[in-house]
Amino acid sequence: MVDIIESLKAGDKRAAARLITKAENNEKEAFEILKKLYDNTGNAYVIGITGPPGSGKSTLTDKLVKEIRKKYNKKVGIIAVDPTSPFTGGAILGDRIRMQDLSLDEGVFIRSMGTRGHLGGLSKATNYAVKVLDIIGMDYIFIETVGVGQSEVDIVKTADTTVLVMVPGLGDDIQAIKAGIMEIADIFAVNKADRGGTDRLVAEIEMMLDLNPENTPWKPPIVKTSAVSNKGVTELLDAIKTHKKFLKETDLLKTKRISNIETEILKIVKEELMSLITQKENHDKRKRLAVDVYHKKIDPFTAADCLIKIIKGG
Amino acid sequence: MNKKIRVVIAKPGLDGHDRGAKVIARACRDAGMEVIYTGLRQTPEQIVETALQEDADVIGLSSLSGAHEHLFSRVCELLREKNAEDILVIGGGVIPEDDIPALEKAGVKKVFTPGTPTKEIIEYIKANVKK
Amino acid sequence: MFDEEKLKHLRNAKHEWYEGLYKKVTQKYPERKDKFVTGSNMEVEPLYTPLDVKKTDYLEKIGFPGQYPFTRGVQPTMYRGRLWTMRQYAGFATAEESNKRYKYLLEQGQTGLSVAFDLPTQIGYDSDHPLAQGEVGKVGVAVDSLQDMEILFDGIPLDKVSTSMTINAPAAILLAMYIAVAEKQGISSDKLKGTIQNDILKEYIARGTYIFPPEPSMRIITNIFEFCSKHVPKWNTISISGYHIREAGATAVQEVAFTLADGIAYVEAAIKAGLDVDEFAPRLSFFFNAHNDLLEEVAKFRAARRLWARIMKERFKAQNKKSMMLRFHTQTGGSTLTAQQPDNNIVRVTLQALAAVLGGTQSLHTNSRDEALALPTEDSVRIALRTQQIIAYESGVAETVDPLAGSYYVEHLTDMIEQQAMEYIEKIDKLGGAPRAIEKGYIQQEIQDSAYNYQQEVESGERIIVGVNKFKIQETPPKDLLKVDPRVGELQTKKLKRLKESRDNVRLKQTLEALREAAKGQSNLMLPIIECVKSYATLGEICDVLREVFGEYKPSVSI
Repeated sequence: MVDIIESLKAGDKRAAARLITKAENNEKEAFEILKKLYDNTGNAYVIGITGPPGSGKSTLTDKLVKEIRKKYNKKVGIIAVDPTSPFTGGAILGDRIRMQDLSLDEGVFIRSMGTRGHLGGLSKATNYAVKVLDIIGMDYIFIETVGVGQSEVDIVKTADTTVLVMVPGLGDDIQAIKAGIMEIADIFAVNKADRGGTDRLVAEIEMMLDLNPENTPWKPPIVKTSAVSNKGVTELLDAIKTHKKFLKETDLLKTKRISNIETEILKIVKEELMSLITQKENHDKRKRLAVDVYHKKIDPFTAADCLIKIIKGG
Repeated sequence: MNKKIRVVIAKPGLDGHDRGAKVIARACRDAGMEVIYTGLRQTPEQIVETALQEDADVIGLSSLSGAHEHLFSRVCELLREKNAEDILVIGGGVIPEDDIPALEKAGVKKVFTPGTPTKEIIEYIKANVKK
Repeated sequence: MFDEEKLKHLRNAKHEWYEGLYKKVTQKYPERKDKFVTGSNMEVEPLYTPLDVKKTDYLEKIGFPGQYPFTRGVQPTMYRGRLWTMRQYAGFATAEESNKRYKYLLEQGQTGLSVAFDLPTQIGYDSDHPLAQGEVGKVGVAVDSLQDMEILFDGIPLDKVSTSMTINAPAAILLAMYIAVAEKQGISSDKLKGTIQNDILKEYIARGTYIFPPEPSMRIITNIFEFCSKHVPKWNTISISGYHIREAGATAVQEVAFTLADGIAYVEAAIKAGLDVDEFAPRLSFFFNAHNDLLEEVAKFRAARRLWARIMKERFKAQNKKSMMLRFHTQTGGSTLTAQQPDNNIVRVTLQALAAVLGGTQSLHTNSRDEALALPTEDSVRIALRTQQIIAYESGVAETVDPLAGSYYVEHLTDMIEQQAMEYIEKIDKLGGAPRAIEKGYIQQEIQDSAYNYQQEVESGERIIVGVNKFKIQETPPKDLLKVDPRVGELQTKKLKRLKESRDNVRLKQTLEALREAAKGQSNLMLPIIECVKSYATLGEICDVLREVFGEYKPSVSI
């Protein structure tokens, strides 16, 4: 373990790749290592890229990262999440295809992850992967979410800046996406802006933002991009930097990160509790309790109390 | 522990025939593996770097253009340079039987010729992947 | 087509036969399978009768050869007038070696040339490019500059042969070289006959040798249409290809549907560029696959012809009947060849070639038995050519026009394929046309689904492939496969070095800059490309200029 820790501190990519795998596989060792290296985290700035399928998230990420590499020569990690099949447990992780130019860039690390049954647009281990990339010295970390539906809200709890990518002509998604998802955006990117319907989409987003004038000091900007022809990428990156500056100056970055950490702790606790509940011996007790409830010996509320007592006692 | 086999399916070189690669990718997914598909026109350097970053257990190479000798061998060579020979390299495509010994010597663990059932490939991977 | 009263009798008689004799027999001796399907999974009934074609109006849907809707063929006499062009796709290693093979094939009675280029050439890289390593001369001949093209056609009079070139993204450049070689032979471009594949959409869908993004690619294609209509009038400016779509796993219906959808996109692009439909449409040609399900394939060709005629007439209001004719080249199905018991492939190729001829093809390439293993040897190529000659001269199928017309089954299948392909085309229209459907990955996804289904059917034994999942034997690996000299890459690199030292580099620079300016503007690119070629700019140099202006295509892949 000492070796791995040293390798990671030295920025070894293979060690990082392996550690991410261990975290994905829920191996205890991974968490022991992360404990030891926790001091080395918190330096990277984390950017979430989310949006519906076909909105061009990967291509946009590719272009943003190239811009960062060219202009600022900062190191960038990319985590691309794709859905795991609920039937087979397998996954095709294909986001890399659109970033292959970056694969030989020494200052870039790309990792694809399957959701492995986790809902919310990320995988359970995405958070840990962020930490690993942070530890090996990545200055920016991009997370590309699954992008399949409307429940991609995990990203705000992981990223410092969240970019919501939308495209004109995907139908009435604005209406559909509105509930819950629009609020997560710190920045809107209207991609494929060389197409008809762009101005209408921008107007719709503006209207929505005006309708929800919660007293936030940050009004999400709307940036028109065309990732394929590399238009608007500089502007989008500038918007991200402006948001970063804003968060730092207002100290909101700290507030946000503390809140995210709180969520993370809660998650770990939940995980632990769930694993206690699903332990073999508890499993048997649970079964017995269920039988008792069925026979009306006790009610489900009392049964739950019993279970909690067992866990507490255990 | 919920270990999943991670497979990089790659098309080295300029060959655009990806039917086989995609069928294998799907078959691996349906067998519960995580498949990283690289797309077309990958250099051996790109493929190896991808496999390292993705912590792949397996690299599956497919070529139908006759450039397999150069490309497959180069992938194995680069893996050795990076101390990553533990990654299982397998290959497929239009590969004459005569070429197989040289490829195996270069480090390709198994070459699957046309007509091989995907099940056989899946079983081979499952049996030979290093834990 | 049939008397209503007689149909009624027939319906009753068929019902009686089915409920009586057929059921009685099948109860006692069940059929081999619960469900019979074609090679493309269309369900097949035990029996077809006039009832299955009762709605088919003969004059309207079938008609006469050489007349709308061309179901029976594009020429009035078909093979009674002239046999199809026997055209074997060939080319490997250096221009010198390929030139020898062409001369051999012409001596053997082949009637047209078909040039295969290596992958670096197809993707616009010179032989000394790092990405070309290991690929030079492998799947075709390496052409780096006009010099190679001069060697390739040395001693072959270009006004006497028709030449088909399988080249897409850099088609304009190879055509320019061909024109320049002809000029050196003293032959003007209006005498040149041949085809460039020039079908970029199917590259995005299935074949993978793209360079530029769709928009500039479509511009180059319409530039070629325009240039050829004026200067190379006998040239087929595009070969809209279903071949590779089928190879990638599509069904027969999908092959027709996606190919014609691509065709529609080209016609639309040319009209949008200001060309008159009847000016360029007569030079559009098609390229299809032929698989093993003989009757389904015949029906496929007939359906494609009828459907295209209707699209050109009704959708694009073409007036010239040549604009409505779907003329096509066929190649037998490479993906149907097996590495196991390779001699069996001769039989497969025979069935496929027969389907193409019965389907009214204009030219035909028959694959060689060893192509699942390597490039074909000279022996194998000869057998493949002989297969065509036996069909032409011994089988008798070339003696009358469209001999399978009127078969209840074939006519029914023709109707079904046409109808299902039309449904696909309508769906693609709704998605915004073929380029948009490709961008969305719709077409690729449909093909991949078919490919995966097919593979599963083979593995479950539902679909039998002789020698692969049934009737297997222990085999010793075949010997004497053709191997390309690994030094081809070095040879070409040396040639390039010499060329770059000996040419007029000042003139070269001027022509490349002129091309760059033209590319940035709106004008036709053919003339500046011809100038570049004549100043011995390499293919890679020309493509690099265009890459800088147009950018490169990045695929969106979903599996």
